[in-house]
Amino acid sequence: MATFFGEVVVAPSRAGVDEEEEAREETPEDREIRRELEKKREIDVLWTLKSGASTESSADEPFVCSKFIVAIGHNAAAFLSSFILDSVCWEVVGVVRLWNEWCRTSNTTNVLPTDSFCLFYRLISDPTVLLCQCSCYVAEDQQFQWLEKVFGRMRKEDLQVTILSTCPVADYKTQESTLTLPSPFLKALKTKEFKEQVCCPLLEQPNIVQDLPAAVLSYCQVWQIPAVLYQCYTDVIKLDTVTIEAFKPLLSSKILKSLVKDVSESTKILKKLLTTNETHNNIYI
Amino acid sequence: RWITCAVSVGNVGQLAIDLVISTLDMTKVGYFYTDCLVPMVGNNPYATGEENSLELSINAEVYSLPSKKLVVLQIRSPFIKNKYRPFCQTLLSWVKSSKCARVVLLSSSHAYQRDDEQLLGTPLRYLLTPDLEKAVGGLIKELNWKEMEKVAAYPGINDTEKVLHIPGGGITKMLFTESCSEGVQMAVLLKFCSEGDNIPDAFALVNYLNEWLQLIKSEVTSIALL
Repeated sequence: MATFFGEVVVAPSRAGVDEEEEAREETPEDREIRRELEKKREIDVLWTLKSGASTESSADEPFVCSKFIVAIGHNAAAFLSSFILDSVCWEVVGVVRLWNEWCRTSNTTNVLPTDSFCLFYRLISDPTVLLCQCSCYVAEDQQFQWLEKVFGRMRKEDLQVTILSTCPVADYKTQESTLTLPSPFLKALKTKEFKEQVCCPLLEQPNIVQDLPAAVLSYCQVWQIPAVLYQCYTDVIKLDTVTIEAFKPLLSSKILKSLVKDVSESTKILKKLLTTNETHNNIYI
Repeated sequence: RWITCAVSVGNVGQLAIDLVISTLDMTKVGYFYTDCLVPMVGNNPYATGEENSLELSINAEVYSLPSKKLVVLQIRSPFIKNKYRPFCQTLLSWVKSSKCARVVLLSSSHAYQRDDEQLLGTPLRYLLTPDLEKAVGGLIKELNWKEMEKVAAYPGINDTEKVLHIPGGGITKMLFTESCSEGVQMAVLLKFCSEGDNIPDAFALVNYLNEWLQLIKSEVTSIALL
């Protein structure tokens, strides 16, 4: 393809299949390598639920879950850490172990906010409330597994899912001038079954959401689970107070209202979260 | 009858499917839940007003129109690496189990890779699997359509050995060859095009489809061509 100025550029094709990949038959070696890689990229969800019986034996039995709140990305996870989670009311009940090109998680549950991790918590006073902080990168080929392994353990009756996530404001398509966009801002998407009030405007066409948040919401739409996704469009991708606070309107939503902890504590925790992050900020060239 | 698209150059197949769904006002009847496509969600792309704009759409959805015995699969995202083959297999086994009589695959191919023969005349091509050829071959002859030419496997060295080559066609070739060997009645309709504003290409491809299937009356077709 030639551009306006005459230079020839290779346009990225949406066609997908690589000519070579398509033409070449897979040799036994290729197959072996592919299998080994697939094995390595497999996701493990380790549940440590103490539902009467020992963890291992009750592993197949699905547990009752009424509210499932998933925070994807560092900012959404930090929002939960500062406004909802604390070690008195919540206990860790699961951890995801995964490996990919961007991220490898350890199976420890002692994590720093800057670490990459995916943890599940349960409200001690109401064990049907489950929360997930997923700040690690889940690759495209691992998202389906994540869904199957996480939702596979839950009873889908009377379940309601809330997803929090962030993405760059540059991904937001609008006819308005982007200068006037009050970033960060929230947009929501919901499944057909979700009938409650949504705390922010809904995402307009032709905007789309991708990756794990989209995977979770698609899953809920297909299996008719009421679910809502709150997507925060922000211009700071790193851990950042302004972005975290953009999620604040959700604290008055029906799902989160009863879970909010002491707000004066929240600000303190928020500050602590950010200072941990800042220790790595140097001004060397 | 069953129509689907390939994710191919310029998204022409997908645009054409969108045109079919919105023109015939088809209803969504289900999803193609698969681990082979990149996940995506958005609000109803066919929204006509406030009331239907908030329906969630996902990466692969099935629409139907019982009055015309038509089922359409729209694919809205690309494939995950190494998942083309499993996708084709799932798709074909679904086609077989759902007792679809015929499948039409809408696709496209890189215009810049055409050979001398393909540069002449219409940019639209078709392909029929042997089983469909037996059934509708005569009808297609009457339409005076051009079949997709095979190209030399080793150009300049050996011009007698010819192969099917659909550059930029995504899973088109794989799906077509598998259909041939598994006895699925499949037609591929495609257009040579380049990346850019591909809406006119989609119109051309749907008009081409309409010449054969007569989904809508032809005066509408001529308006679309204007």
